Amino acid sequence: MRLTHAFVSLLYRDFTVAFRHRNEILNPLLFFSLVTLLFPLGVGPSPQLLQTIAPGILWVAALLAALLAADNLFRTDYEDGTLEQLVLSPLPLPLLVIAKILAHWLVSAVPLLLLAPLLAVAFGLEALAIGVAELTLLLGTPVLAFVGAIGSALTVSLKRNGMLLALLVLPLYMPVLIFGSNAVDTAAAGLPVSGQLYLLAAMLVLSLTLAPLAIAAALKMSVSQ
Amino acid sequence: MISILTRWFHRLASPVWFYRIAGKLLPWLWALFALLLVTGLYGGLVTAPADYQQGDSFRIIYVHVPAAWLSMFVYMVMAVSGAIALIWRIKLAEMVLVSCAPIGASFTFIALVTGALWGKPMWGAWWVWDARLTSELILLFLYLGVIGLYNAIEDKRMASRAVAILALVGIVNIPIIHYSVEWWNTLHQGATVTKFDKPSIHIDMLIPLLLMAGAFKVFFVISLLLRTRNELLERELPRQWVKQLVEENAND
Amino acid sequence: MTEFFHMGGYALYVWGSLGMTFIVLLLNIVLPLSQHRDVLRKAAEFHEWEGRDEK
Repeated sequence: MRLTHAFVSLLYRDFTVAFRHRNEILNPLLFFSLVTLLFPLGVGPSPQLLQTIAPGILWVAALLAALLAADNLFRTDYEDGTLEQLVLSPLPLPLLVIAKILAHWLVSAVPLLLLAPLLAVAFGLEALAIGVAELTLLLGTPVLAFVGAIGSALTVSLKRNGMLLALLVLPLYMPVLIFGSNAVDTAAAGLPVSGQLYLLAAMLVLSLTLAPLAIAAALKMSVSQ
Repeated sequence: MISILTRWFHRLASPVWFYRIAGKLLPWLWALFALLLVTGLYGGLVTAPADYQQGDSFRIIYVHVPAAWLSMFVYMVMAVSGAIALIWRIKLAEMVLVSCAPIGASFTFIALVTGALWGKPMWGAWWVWDARLTSELILLFLYLGVIGLYNAIEDKRMASRAVAILALVGIVNIPIIHYSVEWWNTLHQGATVTKFDKPSIHIDMLIPLLLMAGAFKVFFVISLLLRTRNELLERELPRQWVKQLVEENAND
Repeated sequence: MTEFFHMGGYALYVWGSLGMTFIVLLLNIVLPLSQHRDVLRKAAEFHEWEGRDEK
């Protein structure tokens, strides 16, 4: 009971904080659309080419946006001491971590899910492929949030950690990128994609169960410095 | 049984004991390394017949494959010592963990460069997005992440805890990365790219390969002992046993 | 003998691989050894200073 209460109030608190400084919501969104805009300018406006590389572009942009968002996942909480309170609290830290990441995902990834179909239309993807893209993003972005949180928790106490975070997190993002973009590709070719979706779901379950433990250990390490 | 194990653990974890044993072991390891290397190289470069398809270029296998094997083996050693460091808080495991990273990165680098040098005559290109080469490249980044994180955190005990967590996260992810890259590759593999033929390897080719793999493994142990020894001295600098060691060296 | 060094036309690749490998392996020995000397020197200086304080 007390646990549920703590979970909900932490979620609510992070939500309120995020809505007060709106840039936490807007930054990943802006970044996502800007990166996707770069590709047509870089490779040329040929609709056929853009249609073939659209799944890859959407997923790479989502990956980078998730990386950008992960950078300030624990930052403010670390600086104002909230994180220390969380680590010291008698409640199980992995559970509190899940609440924080859930809030983070809701404010940083859900807007991206809403924007993605528009960009997909601009790249000429068909309705079915867009639907699959949404599904893969829905399953994949939480994995990105959990994995990004591991890197963020390890580097939160360091100054100028941006490049290090990218180095730690991007290699671990690669499986999600492979299955996410491939599912959209396959759907665009009119083939079944349930295999890729199941694998993404499996990654989600795995990251939901194991990542909070690693994040909790990393936060304890970071706070004790 | 458990008590014997823990006693053995703690003895092994005692810095003085480790330092002395390392010093005594090193000459023997060097001799073993030289023996394996010379016989392996002789077998591989001289006595093994040229491959019927690849000619003499297949001899790159004698450095490429051992390096690739070791690159993965070292990550495993790193993750296991990470787990030991986190669970039992044994300092020596922390030092082994951080000493592994640059050696593992070196083996990964060797595997990548020799892979490119082998690829050029075989595939006609320095780099192709072959599943194994791509996995190896990702592995290099995982190693670089470990090294980068360790160097970024000033307090070395904290840094080794961070690196231990990262190594464990990495070892859970490596199979996932490996299989997803393999799957990605089989889907995208164009028909024009000729893969390495994988016939059952001839015994005269296999024995030198195993000898070289043994040599690389012994080399890993040597380099690991050297690095761990430095790490140990660095951290235990003010201790009495270091003082004794310095005095002994001065008397020699 | 020249045939051996020629490696059936793949000399550049085979010897290049071997050479590169041994350079990297050598670095993995030379760097720790020079570091070892540095640490020992640092330890010697440290304990010399300590000793002076005690006297």
